[in-house]
Amino acid sequence: MAQAATSLDTFPKYLLLNADRFRDRPAMRHKDHGIWQSWTWAQQLDEVRAFAVGLEAIGFARGDRVAVVGANRPRLYWTFVAVQSLGGVPVPVYADAVAEEMAYVLDHAGVRFAVVQDQEQVDKIQSFKDKIPALSEVIYDEPRGLLDYPPEGLHSFAAVQAKGRAVLAAEPERARRWEEGIRKGSGDDVSVMLYTSGTTGRSKGVMIKAAGAVQAASDTVAFDRITEHDSVLAYLPLAWVGDHYLNYAQGYVAGFCMNCPESPQTVPQDLREIAPSFYFAPPRVFEGLLTSVTIRMEDAGRFKKWMFRHFIEVARNHGEAILEKRPVPLSGRLAYALGNVLLYAPLRNVLGMSNIRVAYTAGEAIGGDLFSFFRSLGINLKQLYGQTEAFLYVTAQQDGQVRADTVGPATPNVDIRISESGEVLFRSPGQFSGYYKEDEKTAEVLTPDGFIKTGDAGFFDKDGQLKIIDRAKDVGRLNDGSLFAPKYIENMLKFFPNIKEAVAFGNDRDFATAFINIDLQAVGDWAERNNIAYASYQELAGHPQVYEMIARNVDETNRRLSKEPMMAGAQIKRFLILHKELDADDGELTRTQKVRRAFVDERYRELIAAFYDGSTEKYVETEVTYEDGRKGKIRATVRIADARVHGSPSPRAVREAAE
Amino acid sequence: MNAHAAGSQFTAADDDGVAKGDTLLEVKNVSLSFGGVKAITNISFDVKKGEIRAIIGPNGAGKTSMLNVINGFYTPQEGTITFRGQQRRAMKPHHAVRQGIARTFQNVALFKGMTTLDNIMAGRSVHMKSNIGWQMLWHGPALAEEIEHREKVEEIIDFLEIEHIRRTPVGKLPYGLQKRVELGRALAMEPSLLLLDEPMAGMNLEEKEDMSRFIIDVNQQRGTTIALIEHDMGVVMDLSDRVVVLDYGKKIADGAPDEVKNDQSVIDAYLGVAH
Repeated sequence: MAQAATSLDTFPKYLLLNADRFRDRPAMRHKDHGIWQSWTWAQQLDEVRAFAVGLEAIGFARGDRVAVVGANRPRLYWTFVAVQSLGGVPVPVYADAVAEEMAYVLDHAGVRFAVVQDQEQVDKIQSFKDKIPALSEVIYDEPRGLLDYPPEGLHSFAAVQAKGRAVLAAEPERARRWEEGIRKGSGDDVSVMLYTSGTTGRSKGVMIKAAGAVQAASDTVAFDRITEHDSVLAYLPLAWVGDHYLNYAQGYVAGFCMNCPESPQTVPQDLREIAPSFYFAPPRVFEGLLTSVTIRMEDAGRFKKWMFRHFIEVARNHGEAILEKRPVPLSGRLAYALGNVLLYAPLRNVLGMSNIRVAYTAGEAIGGDLFSFFRSLGINLKQLYGQTEAFLYVTAQQDGQVRADTVGPATPNVDIRISESGEVLFRSPGQFSGYYKEDEKTAEVLTPDGFIKTGDAGFFDKDGQLKIIDRAKDVGRLNDGSLFAPKYIENMLKFFPNIKEAVAFGNDRDFATAFINIDLQAVGDWAERNNIAYASYQELAGHPQVYEMIARNVDETNRRLSKEPMMAGAQIKRFLILHKELDADDGELTRTQKVRRAFVDERYRELIAAFYDGSTEKYVETEVTYEDGRKGKIRATVRIADARVHGSPSPRAVREAAE
Repeated sequence: MNAHAAGSQFTAADDDGVAKGDTLLEVKNVSLSFGGVKAITNISFDVKKGEIRAIIGPNGAGKTSMLNVINGFYTPQEGTITFRGQQRRAMKPHHAVRQGIARTFQNVALFKGMTTLDNIMAGRSVHMKSNIGWQMLWHGPALAEEIEHREKVEEIIDFLEIEHIRRTPVGKLPYGLQKRVELGRALAMEPSLLLLDEPMAGMNLEEKEDMSRFIIDVNQQRGTTIALIEHDMGVVMDLSDRVVVLDYGKKIADGAPDEVKNDQSVIDAYLGVAH
């Protein structure tokens, strides 16, 4: 029993340990009034203790669940550990959730307390508080605008802490009793309940147990050799597993300093000031950074432009090799060293990436060029694959073994298996103990032997790295049996700047085909430079030279596909450039700009049929909705082009060629 | 040296010696004309401490002239203005500032090449006490003072949620944010009466909502009395405690928003009457 009481299986236990071993090292920083305020681990312990005891004073009891809503602020992070220290369960909720969604989560989780950032969140909660009888106390961080609210059930964070401090002063024994409570805490308790973002139906409460969470965090801290000397900028949504894991869980286990930005808009400046050593961002953030760099270079003088181009070329040739410590000729090393002084180091500084030792991206496919750009600047950008149900990590790339098209091998202590149907299954130390109050759904995602179904299709590449190709339900087969993963093909196409959107077809067909949407900006620029006049998207899309250009992109895609044994069968044989842009207003895309496959299939049935009946062009009329809601029709004769197929794809194609 | 003595007279909103609800500013029988053009004719109204007072009226009604009279830019030919119990007729705008009247302008009047921070700091200059010698040396009292003022300015930046543009030259900012910076500069003077000349002009709906919230917060949290001119009737009716309506330089109505809204002469002034 003594063993269990002292083993480190909860985050509050790490708080006590860190306050002892890293007493005077910074634990938390927050930019406030233009100055970085910081708290050492000892001070952080003091703040958390005061809040925890204050919570008890206003009626908190063991097992209570506490909603945490707001931006990345120290007091909200302290709430996590304070609640855990009392045997309660924090439930972070997305701050931008509308009242209705928030009400659902708070009601479903049965929270009794809510700790929120500001007036906006208080207003939201008060709008539905009557309907959730369990919810009794709301605690806010920023008092602005809340001073004249009725005080029943409403407390300021500072007031709760003051209550706690008063109790601690009056009862000298109290602090010791609180610490004893932490030491008695069990790793079997639920550490946190993370609600999924709910893109597929109602969001579900993913329960993560303390011991597993600590174990998972320890594994990845060791994997990337993270220490108390590292630092992070906590800017990801508080309620997302990534933030809770990368900043909170790893932070407590490794003892590093978490930095909270001044406001969501100041993140780029704060990033630059803090220059964290560990960084995570989804691919679209890196894309945005590259775009802003490119645009600003367009405005630069001729010499600077030349210098930029020259040294980016040097970096492209040698940067990744130097990062991975592969052999590089001396001349390359010298050129890179000069480039580092003149360009890469200042650029890294501007991006706030001067001190990055480990950076990750995940969530969607990242373009090879984009990925290489950052790596060639000397930023150790890697990929990981994870899920809320795994408490983040399933796979991660090791330093030096990094590729843009894979997500790495299983992280330590994680087992991965590919099911018969090609779905990725895993078992991990941090894996969830179930969806809260939804045993049926829990059973649905578990295999009989305890593996979790990810819903993603993937396979292991030659070098043992996992490759995610698509959502499992979208993956199909061509008639000859070869694998057809539409999103994989589409992503490959979309990495070309000229292609904005693509939709691939081929399930239960003889060969793969694709609709292409050109990127009006990129192709329009090209047309302007080449004196090609056009009046509309439709005209540009149908231009023979544009077809030629896209055909080259499709050809390149096929060449890349042909090199992958699993994918070579599904090369694009025919394609067309769609006469209109796919648009959410017409129902072709979701509001988050994802293709609605079933709808597109139905709407463009005639064009898809034309792919397979051998026509070279097809006349279509398509109804469109204008911005003001009026409807109209676009008429066009769409040309269907053939693409070259590489290597030796399906046996059937070979036979055809022989005939 | 004159200015120095005047500077020490300055008192912030919360200690200007006027109790909440008492008359802070009284305009009595004021008339203003430019040559033969009568801009304002015999107007009287008052502003009570702690309220939001709106001045509305059709184009050319004399609203901005009225504001200019209050803050000392124009001197009325007739009538008196009593601010914090002191009667005056002629004064210069910088005297008005030292008495605790700050304003923003219909067309943003910021230092375009300076950052947000510097613009708001400029609003603090009225409170700077160390002499030019120390300020040039940038040591001793000047440095201590700078830090003190910077703290006040940071509070305003935090209040108006403009942390992200602290170091951005205001000329590069979108219009809505420039308006907010201008409000910040006026707040930096810690006025007891804040005059806002069309704070919402040219803004989109979202910016208007933000600005309305800031105006209410300024009024409630900092206790600043506000007199504003605005064309957006929805905004005026929601924000203000009392409204005074001008038309052709004359006062045609005065009272709570609801009374004013239903006043026949106001409706006529805005919609016109058949002649």
